Amino acid sequence: MAEFSLPANSKVGVGKTVNAAGGAKRTKTFKIYRWSPDDGQNPRVDTYVVDLDKFGPMVLDAIIYIKNELDSTLTFRRSCREGICGSCAMNIDGTNTLACLKAIEDVAGDVKIYPLPHLPVVKDLVPDVNHIYAQLASVKPWLQTQSPAPPDRERLQSPEDRARLDGLYECILCFCCSTSCPSYWWNGDRYLGPAVLLQAYRWIADSRDEMTGERLDNLEDPFRLYRCHTIMNCTQTCPKGLNPAKAIAEIKKLMVARR
Amino acid sequence: MANGSSRPLSPHLQVYRWQWTMALSILHRATGIALTVGTLLLAWWLIAAAAGPAAFARAQGFIGSGLGMLMLFGWTFALYYHLCAGIRHLVWDAGYGFELQYAQRGAYIVIGAAVGLTIMSWIIGLAVW
Repeated sequence: MAEFSLPANSKVGVGKTVNAAGGAKRTKTFKIYRWSPDDGQNPRVDTYVVDLDKFGPMVLDAIIYIKNELDSTLTFRRSCREGICGSCAMNIDGTNTLACLKAIEDVAGDVKIYPLPHLPVVKDLVPDVNHIYAQLASVKPWLQTQSPAPPDRERLQSPEDRARLDGLYECILCFCCSTSCPSYWWNGDRYLGPAVLLQAYRWIADSRDEMTGERLDNLEDPFRLYRCHTIMNCTQTCPKGLNPAKAIAEIKKLMVARR
Repeated sequence: MANGSSRPLSPHLQVYRWQWTMALSILHRATGIALTVGTLLLAWWLIAAAAGPAAFARAQGFIGSGLGMLMLFGWTFALYYHLCAGIRHLVWDAGYGFELQYAQRGAYIVIGAAVGLTIMSWIIGLAVW
């Protein structure tokens, strides 16, 4: 059931302010969500005023600078810094995206940074995505076959069949989309969410996979699939420009077509 | 989501910037609820018409009042918006219009059509009243 307000232990307070912009020509203010499991306090938003000439152009550059130079306790995930690993997914300036792909200059005013929405927080900008991983495992995101594999080569696929996977295989599982979805906020315990459903469709659409019926059976459920109400926040926010809403619609079409 | 630990829940509605996608979606639901309530009002109007001149005059007096007309105007918009957005959902269910530029165009069309049809209906309604 939808709970629109935050639980008492999750209400966000005001934290400290660090001004590191002395003598700077170009300054920017970053307001960053902080929570530590160790001090028993509620989350708070810390403010960092920084000199834009001290680091690169992306939001990830800024938070790495803050961690290195101003506050080593700031905690976040990052790895590739080029939009292919999906680690630095967070809520920046009100929408979910990858910190490494979000240019600071694209944010008007202060840069507000929160963890991905409506997830348990491990620390600061690190959310607990174990439940989403478990949901991903439930759609068996790997090739399933019954026929024996050819003894001398791979299972082949025509260029046309391969092209059907375009727009699906590029997903990096950052979960920006799932955590942008109001339906996933309210029913994420049972609704699989756009990221996992796009993965489900990626294997349904694969001409080499032989378990399409079982995959659809697994999704034929009022919650797992049909909590998608075509809100489209997922497609709107995907930092890779993919279209989870369309993938979900294709699954729904297949459900009708096989009746 | 169930969170059986002392971990806080990250902010959601509190921080997520309103998107046209979610705004149109919740408006579809809100107009659906408004239609349900509005239908009760219209049912009362019809029942009053069947019950006799005195009851009808009372119902007509309320619906013809400023507040009643405002509610009827809102009901008209809710009807047209819910109708147009419903057609948009049918198009989506057929698998079309998911690319963001088409979805956005659809949003403009639905809002424009709902506002236009509402105003047109009221111009015609008031002209023949």
